[in-house]
Amino acid sequence: MAEDPYTILGVPREAKPEAIKAAYRKLARRHHPDLNPGKPEAEARFKTVSAAHDILSDPEKRGRFDRGEIDATGQERPQAPPGGYRRHAEQSEGRKYGGRYEQRPEAEVFDDLFADLFEQRRRAESAPRRGRDETYRLAVPFLHAVHGATETLTLPDGRSLSVKIPPGVESGQILRLRGQGGRGQPIGDALIELDVVASKVFRREGMDLHLDLPVSVPEAVLGGPVIVPTPGGPLRVTLPAASDAGRQIRLRGKGIAAHGNRAAGDLFLTLRILIGTPDVALEEFLRSWVPEHPQDPRAGLEGWE
Amino acid sequence: MISLEILHARFTQLSLDDLQVWIAQGHVRPERVAGELVFAEIDVERVRLILELRNDMAVNEEALPVILGLLDQLYELRRRLRALGVEPDA
Repeated sequence: MAEDPYTILGVPREAKPEAIKAAYRKLARRHHPDLNPGKPEAEARFKTVSAAHDILSDPEKRGRFDRGEIDATGQERPQAPPGGYRRHAEQSEGRKYGGRYEQRPEAEVFDDLFADLFEQRRRAESAPRRGRDETYRLAVPFLHAVHGATETLTLPDGRSLSVKIPPGVESGQILRLRGQGGRGQPIGDALIELDVVASKVFRREGMDLHLDLPVSVPEAVLGGPVIVPTPGGPLRVTLPAASDAGRQIRLRGKGIAAHGNRAAGDLFLTLRILIGTPDVALEEFLRSWVPEHPQDPRAGLEGWE
Repeated sequence: MISLEILHARFTQLSLDDLQVWIAQGHVRPERVAGELVFAEIDVERVRLILELRNDMAVNEEALPVILGLLDQLYELRRRLRALGVEPDA
C-alpha cells in the first residue's frame, strides 16, 4: 500500500500550503534524479515525494484525499516522469551540453540570431484568443437551495458576481456564467461549484425534505394541532388521534420549491414520541393502568435470529 | 524535434522572456532550421529541468548557471567513464 502523502512530506494533516511547499522543496532538492544520476533510490524517492506533493498541493485533490475519495497514489500521476533530462544527458547526445561550460557559441550572436523568431512568437501570443474559464466555489445556505436565491460572489480581483441560484441545487453542481471568466476575446466563463450547507433539521432526498417531528404523549394519543417548522415558516398541522411513533405525514409542496416545469417536492414528517421527564401523575396513572386490549409492542420480532 | 510554438504550449509555466535569456546564456541550445527554431528532445528535457529547478526547488537566476555547469561536468565525466568501458554506477 502506498504511504500516506503527509507522512512522505513529513507535515501534519492541518499543514498550510506554504508548509507543504517548503517541505516538498527540501525533499526535491535532495532527491531530484537529475541531481543524483548514480542513485536509483533517489529517483524512487523523488517519485514518491512528487506524487505526495501532487496530491497535497492541489486543494481539490487534497480535499478528495482527506475525504478518502482518492488513495495515496492519487491516480493522476505527474505529467512527465521525473529524470527525463538524465536519460538524454547520459547518452552521446549529451555532448551538446559538454562540461566546459564557459566555451559556448557566442552568446550575443545567439541572441540576435533568434530575436526575430521570439518576436514572431510574441506577436502570435498577443493575438486575440478566448479567455480562460475560472472556477470558484460558493457556499449556499440550505434554505437558499430550497427556495432559490441570488448570492453575491466576490472574486479575487475585487469584482463581485451576482449568482442566481435556482431552487433544488445540490452540492457539486456547477453553474456557468458566460463572459465572467478570464480576459480574452471572447472572455472566458466563470464556473461556480456549489456547496450546499446541510440543514441541522431537514434531511433532503431529491426534491423532498424529511423532518423528524417530536410529539408529546398526549399529542400522539389524542391528536390535535401542532406547530411544525417548514422551510417556508412555521405551519399548523393537525395530528390525527392515535398517531403512533414512526407515522409519516406528508405535507404536499412544502419541500424544494417548484422550478421551470418541475413540481415542488414534499415535506415528510416522521413522528417521534418524546416522553421527556415523566411527572408523578403520569407515573401513578401508568402503574394503575390496566389496558383494555393488552398488546405486545414487540410482536413480530420473534423470528429475529 | 519540436518548434518554439509547441514548446511554449507544452510548458504552461515557461515565459518567452525567460527562454530567450536562457538561450542567450547558452543554458538551452536549440537550432535554427529553415527560419524556425527547433528543439531536440534533450533541449526540451533541459527546459523541463530548468523549470523544475526554478519553480519546484526555488533555485534563483544566479544559482542556475552554477548548478547547470556542475551538472554538465558531472554528465561529461559519466559519459567519459562509459566511453572507457567503466559503468559509473557499478
